[in-house]
Amino acid sequence: MATKASRSAARVMMAPAVVLLLGWMLVPLIMTLWFSFTKYLPLRGDSIERGLDWVGFSNYSRFISSNAFWPSVQTTLIMVGGVLLITVVLGVLLAMLLDQPLWGQGVVRILVIAPFFVMPTVSALVWKNMLMDPVNGIFSHLWRFFGAEPVAWLQDASLTSIIMIASWQWLPFATLILLTAIQSLDSEQLEAAEMDGAPALKRFWFIVLPHLGRAITIVILIQTIFLLSIFAEIFVTTGGAFGTRTLTYLIFQRVIDSQNIGLGSAGGVYAIILANIVAIFLMRIVGKNLDA
Amino acid sequence: MGQIELKQVTKSFGDVQVIPPLDLTIHDGEFTVFVGPSGCGKSTLLRLIAGLEDITTGHIEIDGKDATALVPAKRGLAMVFQSYALYPHMSVRKNIAFPLRMAKMDSAEIDKRVNAAASVLNLTDYLDRRPGQLSGGQRQRVAIGRAIVREPAAFLFDEPLSNLDAALRVGMRLEISELHKRLETTMVYVTHDQVEAMTMADKIVVLQAGVIEQVGTPLELYRAPRNTFVAGFIGSPRMNLIEGPEAAKHDAATIGVRPEHIDVVESGGQWQGTVGVAEHLGSDTFFHIHNTGLAETLTVRAIGDVSLQHGDTIHLNPRADEIHRFDAQGLRIAK
Amino acid sequence: MARAVTTNRKIITTAVAWTIALILFFPIFWTILTSFKTEAQAINDPPLFFNFDWTLENYAVVQERSDYMKFLWNSIIIAGGSTILGILIAIPAAWSMAFVPSVRTKDILLWMLSTKMLPAVGVLYPISLIFVEFNLLDTRLGLIVVLMLINLPIIVWMLYTYFREIPGEILEAARMDGATLRDEILYVLTPMAVPGIASTLLLNFILAWNEAFWTLNLTAANAAPLTAFIASYSSPEGLFFAKLSAASTMAIAPILILGWFSQKQLVRGLTFGAVK
Repeated sequence: MATKASRSAARVMMAPAVVLLLGWMLVPLIMTLWFSFTKYLPLRGDSIERGLDWVGFSNYSRFISSNAFWPSVQTTLIMVGGVLLITVVLGVLLAMLLDQPLWGQGVVRILVIAPFFVMPTVSALVWKNMLMDPVNGIFSHLWRFFGAEPVAWLQDASLTSIIMIASWQWLPFATLILLTAIQSLDSEQLEAAEMDGAPALKRFWFIVLPHLGRAITIVILIQTIFLLSIFAEIFVTTGGAFGTRTLTYLIFQRVIDSQNIGLGSAGGVYAIILANIVAIFLMRIVGKNLDA
Repeated sequence: MGQIELKQVTKSFGDVQVIPPLDLTIHDGEFTVFVGPSGCGKSTLLRLIAGLEDITTGHIEIDGKDATALVPAKRGLAMVFQSYALYPHMSVRKNIAFPLRMAKMDSAEIDKRVNAAASVLNLTDYLDRRPGQLSGGQRQRVAIGRAIVREPAAFLFDEPLSNLDAALRVGMRLEISELHKRLETTMVYVTHDQVEAMTMADKIVVLQAGVIEQVGTPLELYRAPRNTFVAGFIGSPRMNLIEGPEAAKHDAATIGVRPEHIDVVESGGQWQGTVGVAEHLGSDTFFHIHNTGLAETLTVRAIGDVSLQHGDTIHLNPRADEIHRFDAQGLRIAK
Repeated sequence: MARAVTTNRKIITTAVAWTIALILFFPIFWTILTSFKTEAQAINDPPLFFNFDWTLENYAVVQERSDYMKFLWNSIIIAGGSTILGILIAIPAAWSMAFVPSVRTKDILLWMLSTKMLPAVGVLYPISLIFVEFNLLDTRLGLIVVLMLINLPIIVWMLYTYFREIPGEILEAARMDGATLRDEILYVLTPMAVPGIASTLLLNFILAWNEAFWTLNLTAANAAPLTAFIASYSSPEGLFFAKLSAASTMAIAPILILGWFSQKQLVRGLTFGAVK
């Protein structure tokens, strides 16, 4: 509780952040909406100054009926879902492991966190060439060592490869958040459960996992925000080929490569709708967990 | 100077009125204690005086000037918080100097005042430490030091002793009382502990649900509680409140007798019962007595060590001139 | 109470944890190692671990081919500028939310976070147009503003969670002591929140440093940071593993070194202040 003076001060001090973000959200959004209803091909001489032709919903129907649309939605969902699944499951296991007493905990922690600090373009390039190259990559050496045929990762298992790269980048984050959460678990709770005769697996299922609920929510929320807009990883590896064209990338191609702004903007609106569906869903969970 | 007047002050949080219209005058130099059970609005009232909360309607005057709309900094009051609220990143010296720095006082004057306050509060050896390196009692003294350097019109204390252990609390209680005697500045002190209220106050304000139940000196409240709430709240152990036929004998709905006003006799007392728990303190003995037919439990204080045990029958005589009578509304009936 | 753990169990845990940690770190290790090989050694079969002639030649070649220092300087200015600007805007906002909460505070916070969900690609063209209009294309100032805006929700969120740990009574004490709002934030809140602010600063510096959508799409020659520097190595030109490694090492080294020195704040920051 506070006084009127501090409440009005609060409003004033919040204003810059709110106004900036509102502008950042609304101005481009309105422009995108506008473009999405027009024929806008700058290479053919269309421009705002000369006025754009209003084409109604035709960009929308063209974008959605293009045979690249649904596969790209599917690719997006598989990629985001796959990375979330891998990072959360491995993250929980790794966090529980790192919570145990071990020698060199500090160094281990640094090594595990390190991938998060590698910029996406670098990790994509390193994975593409140093690890996944079908001739000289480490994986191919490894495969040959065991007498197997090396895999052309980014062609034959392209989506899996992208998921692997993104998971490698985000596993540190998941692990660290979950580790912090595990460390805050009152060990007396676990000991009480042990006294009550609960075996290790049940203790994990009924005490550790519920305790991690909030942390897992946060991992999912933040990762989804970043994963939905994953770009560089695809840009420098497959360039959207071999079934790795996410919705983000499809729109990027329409806008930049084909310079079809109207069509790309319609795609952008679809992406915004998709993101909002995911957002509403996530915000519900997070909102509930925020007070806890 | 430090006279504080509340005129028809109310406070609501949303639709909930926590303080109905309230009038109160705190005179210059007075040590006033707000006491009441938790949630009675005493801390809210203090925060209204401090300016940390807005009053919903009414006026607050400090030294005759309307302070209702003034921000806390402009009211000339100093406050000591329950958690002490020391600045953890500043040394003791900087903590105490902070209000003076905010007042843009020159540094020689600041040094002089800080050193004076530190020597009064026995903090001279700790001036360069951080609050985290101090004991609870020392932190308390720093908080007080920060308040006194400003030479405020009045001090506000919000349950300042509740985080200290029992022994330290008694010591700090004395220190604050002595400080008041020396400075002769108005102090407003909030506590839920009626012993603190009784021992420190010039004037006690008993609050319940935002309403002032009674205002008076400690002995006035002890001798003539205005209603059953004050009767039960002031005094330790609590006054025995008895209803029913026994009260009717005195033409009252409820009568009250303090434990120290009931004598234990060998036999043939007016009342009798069985001893439930006997607390032997040496100087006194407290008996918690059942089966009296008067109230569920009757508490009696006997001087010295009286050797009655659990299950023994006890005979009692209340002192007739110490019986308080209350009507059906719980209000005191004059003698 | 932690209980005594048998040494055997600790040995096994240590072995497993180190194995996993080394596997996760391997791509980085391998990149750094390869950067000191010649191109021929870089693709040797079997892979060479330490038995090769260490050389710095690749670094020289990379520096010569693309002016590393210019990209590095751009990265520092853009990441640093956007983070500091963001913090300056976020501190007052976070103060308001943490200490003068209203019924709408949570909604505003969630709304801010939801602006991060807007797919960047959906607004790429409008932003480019605005950039052209204001002559911001390929300027550091333009990128500073954009990266500040995309990280602002996270900065506000993190500062909010850190500020909430600070007892409101201390700020009230400052107000009683005669501090103005500015004094209160400058002399009491900010110094008390230094660890949290440092974590926020570091994490967002790294996020801005690594941001690879806007930095790739809104820059050309002048303002391009290290993300663009490294992207220029994405198309192979013959045998180039060692040079790619050298360039990669140069791009990530500043952050890895920064991370090494500020581990504690980073670990705290990496949880986005959301988990204690």
